[in-house]
Formats: sequence, structure tokens, C-alpha cells
Amino acid sequence: MEDDFAIETKGITKVYGSGNTEVVAMRDASIKVRRGEVVALLGPSGSGKSTFLTAVGLINPPTSGQVIISGTLVLDGPQAQTNLRSFRRRHIGYVFQKSNLIPFLSAVENVQIALELNGQLPGTARKRALQLLDGLGVGDRAGNLPSMLSGGQQQRVAVARALANQPSVILADEPTAALDSQRGRQVMGLFAQVAHERGAGVIVVTHDHRALDVFDTIYEMEDGMMRRASQLAHTSEQVRRT
Amino acid sequence: MNLATKDIRHNFGRFALTTLGVGMLLMVVMGMGGIYRGIVEDATLLIDRIGADVWIVQRSTRGPFAEVSRVPPTLVHRALAVPGIQSAREFVYHTIQREREGKPLRIAVLGLSWPTDKGEWVPLIAGRPLAQNHYEMIADGSLGFQLGERVELGKETYTVVGVTRSMISSNGDGLAFFTVADALAIQLDTPGEAVRLERAARQARGERSEIGAKQPTLLERATAPAAELPPIARPQLSAVVAEVDPGADLEHVIEILSGWDDVSVYTQDGQRELLLRGSVEKIRQQIGLFRILLTVIAAIIMALILYTLTLDKIHSIALLKLIGASNTVILGLILQQAFVLGVVGFGIAYLIGQRVFPMFPRRVILTDEDLWQLAIIVLVISVVSSFLGIWKAMRVSPNEALS
Repeated sequence: MEDDFAIETKGITKVYGSGNTEVVAMRDASIKVRRGEVVALLGPSGSGKSTFLTAVGLINPPTSGQVIISGTLVLDGPQAQTNLRSFRRRHIGYVFQKSNLIPFLSAVENVQIALELNGQLPGTARKRALQLLDGLGVGDRAGNLPSMLSGGQQQRVAVARALANQPSVILADEPTAALDSQRGRQVMGLFAQVAHERGAGVIVVTHDHRALDVFDTIYEMEDGMMRRASQLAHTSEQVRRT
Repeated sequence: MNLATKDIRHNFGRFALTTLGVGMLLMVVMGMGGIYRGIVEDATLLIDRIGADVWIVQRSTRGPFAEVSRVPPTLVHRALAVPGIQSAREFVYHTIQREREGKPLRIAVLGLSWPTDKGEWVPLIAGRPLAQNHYEMIADGSLGFQLGERVELGKETYTVVGVTRSMISSNGDGLAFFTVADALAIQLDTPGEAVRLERAARQARGERSEIGAKQPTLLERATAPAAELPPIARPQLSAVVAEVDPGADLEHVIEILSGWDDVSVYTQDGQRELLLRGSVEKIRQQIGLFRILLTVIAAIIMALILYTLTLDKIHSIALLKLIGASNTVILGLILQQAFVLGVVGFGIAYLIGQRVFPMFPRRVILTDEDLWQLAIIVLVISVVSSFLGIWKAMRVSPNEALS
């Protein structure tokens, strides 16, 4: 059943330019991510990982192919089948390489705004935001502006914001790049925990091979092509050999 | 959560300085309007204060405030004989320039028709109206004279017995009130040598003429003061002002007076209108155009400021779009900041203006009507000038949050 999948893409392709300047950034990429599944997406720079992530994240629609999220056909080629911004707000949480927090909002406000945009009242949203920050170990820095937080703390605030609306899909692009290995593992572990506990489908683009053991499935991209590299039983050592 | 106030708080120093700059600019716009009001108020102040129903001036002139007008003193009595005229009095008005403490001092001299008019209608802040026919004056505070000060004008010395405020001529010169006799004495003051030369010339003319040879006594009288010579007319007035009986037909009175070939007649409104359409009109147009120019400049500067403020947070706007913020949220963020900029700028303009405008050499009058008008213009400017920022924000792709 389609409904079992948090994310499903069918042959999505992204072409930039036309004629002599045409560049195929992603070709016929198909993936199915179950609810509660954590997927890693590996590949060298320029292989099309971020293009895939932004297409699934409804930020940069594909040239062709379909994107289905939680059973809803959201993109059919470049055509949106629903209000993308509203859909993103309700169903997708993002975490980026840079923490991407709003600089003029405190840590708690950065999380609170995501909740308020989704219709929660300020008081309720603030309480929930504080709970999330507490849960991620940055509750004591709730009132600080992003510029007063370390890279790891900022990334945990960004994770809290991504989780705020209990999305069915979490997309993370190099979320541990700015973190040391211990913090990196913690963040990866957090994604796995969220996926398993809340039934969200998680796709993490990463170069970090140190924490591959937390992923259920691993995909690789090269020259815009995607292939499945490994499944649950695989260890990071095995992945490195492929 | 109000994103606009959060952003302002985060960049408070820069926003405050920007708002101060906008406020100063709006203060200039406000001041230009106030200067215009001041000019109109000053120009019409005397006419309104005197409150005469009818101004009788020299034929084909537009009255003493617009140009030189000369009417004979007997005109007062002729006017009083017209049915419907309740009272008529002499009016003398001219401007002199003297030196005071090394600086030029322009005084608008106004003659009051003693004893019917002692200046009771002049709003005094100190002292009293005139109490005698000679050697007393009431001076506007802008002239710098103190109560009790003795001022030498012509061959006489006048004591300041009253001080008034905001009694300014249409040219912005402070008014000084004298009796008509003193006002004429100041106007017609002639140096002793000039008087002697005139008397000698008079005698020489008499000696050359046949009548001088036939009647030697005339030659003897030719060297006497002008006031003692019946053939020489008394000094002329600037105008005669008259009040009409309550219930009398003003139109009818004017019709009678207009039938006299030596005078022109204006109502109070007519005199006022002539003044505003005459000397004040060009200043009004100039200030009006300057004000429009300043308003446009203020709008452009505000647009650039708001555009820059939007550019500064373009990444945050992209991020807000990425996490699902609607256009209304983005629009609210920019528009609210534009309103804060406009409203606080207006407040700063008003507060600073209240302290600065009184130091201006001419009156700056801020009327409620003008302030409301400017407030609405500022609100419109705030909205219009935020269009550029809004346009930029609407074009931002959520993708830019990832770069």
C-alpha cells in the first residue's frame, strides 16, 4: 500500500538549461521510504544528492517524475498538486549543514515560530518549543540568540525546529558537517530515534561514514543516478567497501 | 509572535538611527508646511485683528499691505457721513529699517487713530495700551525691545509701554504700534538740513514768481514750517478703516464708497484675499512645490531604507518560506516595519520640531489639520515605499535558505 510509505519518488529527473547548456542533475531517481525508516544518501559532491533532497522537500520541483508524500501525490513533474508551502509546513521538517536559524529570534523562538506558522497559539507553541529544546539538551540556552550558541547547540535547535510540527518526513542535508564526531553521532541517533518513535520517514544526505550504522537503508548517488547501496544489516565497514 | 518587533529589537541601534534620520527628514517636510502657515497667518494677522468691515484705500491700489496707498485725512470725515458707517479711523502703515546693536532691525510701523484706538485690541504679554497721543509705543517681542525701554526714532524718543507677541507683518517684520501722529512723524522725518534747504528753495521759487513780488508777506511765510502753510496739504494716511452699523447693508455701503473716484474699497475678506493672492501667492507656490519635492525625496529614501532592511534579512525570509510561512507573514514583517519607521519618524519629527521651530526667525505654525494631513501622507509613503522591499521578498525562493 502506498500509505505505508512516508516518501515515494517515481523516476524523478531534474534538468537545468536546454540545448547545448542542458545539464541533467538527477536522472530517473526512485526511492521508497517507509514510515519509521532512516535512509542515508551518500555520494560525491555534484552527484545530485541536494537536487534530490530539494525535489523531495518540495523546494525545487523536478522536471519530470512524481513525488508522493504520506500517500499524497504532491508533485507531478514540475506541477504542484497542492499548496506546496502549506504542505511543507505540515509534513516536512528540514535540517541543513548550516543550522539556518533566524538570527533575530532566540533559540526557543526559532522553534516556536515553526509551531505558530502551523496554527498553534503562542503560549502553547512556546511550551512545546521549550519541551523540545529540553529534550535535545539545549533547554538552558532557550533565551539565547543563535549567535550566542555553539555550532552543536545551533544544530540541535534546528533539529528541534524540524521536529516541532511532528512531520511525517524529515530531510537533512549534511546535518553533522559542522559537528565533532560525538555530536554528529548524537544528532544521527536523534534522527533514528524520531523516525522509530514517531513513525517519520527520514532522509539524511551525509558524507560522514562514522555513523552509518544508525541508518536502516543506504542509497548512493553518482552522476545524477541513484542506487540502493545497503540495507539494515549492513555495517559501515561494508558500506565503505561498496 | 511579531517578527517585525523581534527584528527591530535585534537591530535596534541601526533601526533607531535610521528612524532618527527619517524623522529629521519628515521634520523638514513638517516645517515647510508650518512656514507656509506662518506666512499666511502673519500676512493676514493684522487684517483679522483690526477687524474692519471696510478698507478705503487710494484709487486703483490694492491697499497698504500690497503697495503704497495714500489717502487724505479728510477721508475719515467723508466716510463717517455715509449712511450705515458706524465708525471710521485713520490707518498708517509703513516699514522702516534701523540699526540695533550693530544689526539691521526692520520695524513695521502701524499708526493707531488716537484717541478712538489706543491699541486695546493688540494682544499684550506685558505692559499696557497707549495712554497718550505722543511718545509711546507698543512693540512686538520679536523686535527685541524691553518694556520701559526708550527707543529713538527720527527726532523723537518713544517709550515701550506694551509688549506683544506674534504680531508680524506679511514680510515677517515685527510690528510696532504708535499713534497716527507719531507714525507719520517717523515716516516723514526729515533731517534739519533738508528742512532748511526746502524752506530756502520755497523762498527762491516765491521770489522768482510774480505773486511773490506782488505779495511780499507770502515770501515771509514761505520759510515757516510746512504745517503752518495752508496751501501745503497735511501728511497723507495709508488708508481709512471703517466699521459698518450692525444690520446695515454692507454691499450698499460699499456701493456708495465705490462711487467716489479717488478711492478703492475692499471688505475685510477682499483685502485678505488680495494679500494672499498677491505677495504671499508666489511664496505659497514655492513652498508648496518644495514640500512636494521633499515628500517625494522622503518616500524615495524610505523606500531605499526599507529595501535595504529587507535585503539584510532576505535569508531569513527564504528560511521562513521554507518552513512554510505564508506571504501574509512576510508581507506583515515588512509592512509593520515600514509603519513603525513612518510612525516613529513622524513622532520624532513632531517632538524635535516643537523644540526647533520656535528658534526660526519666522513663525512656523503647525495646525492640527496639517499634522493629520502629513500623518496620512507618511502612512501612504510607508506603504508605497515598502513595495520595493515586498517585491524583493516575494521573489525570494526558499532555495536561497540553503545557499
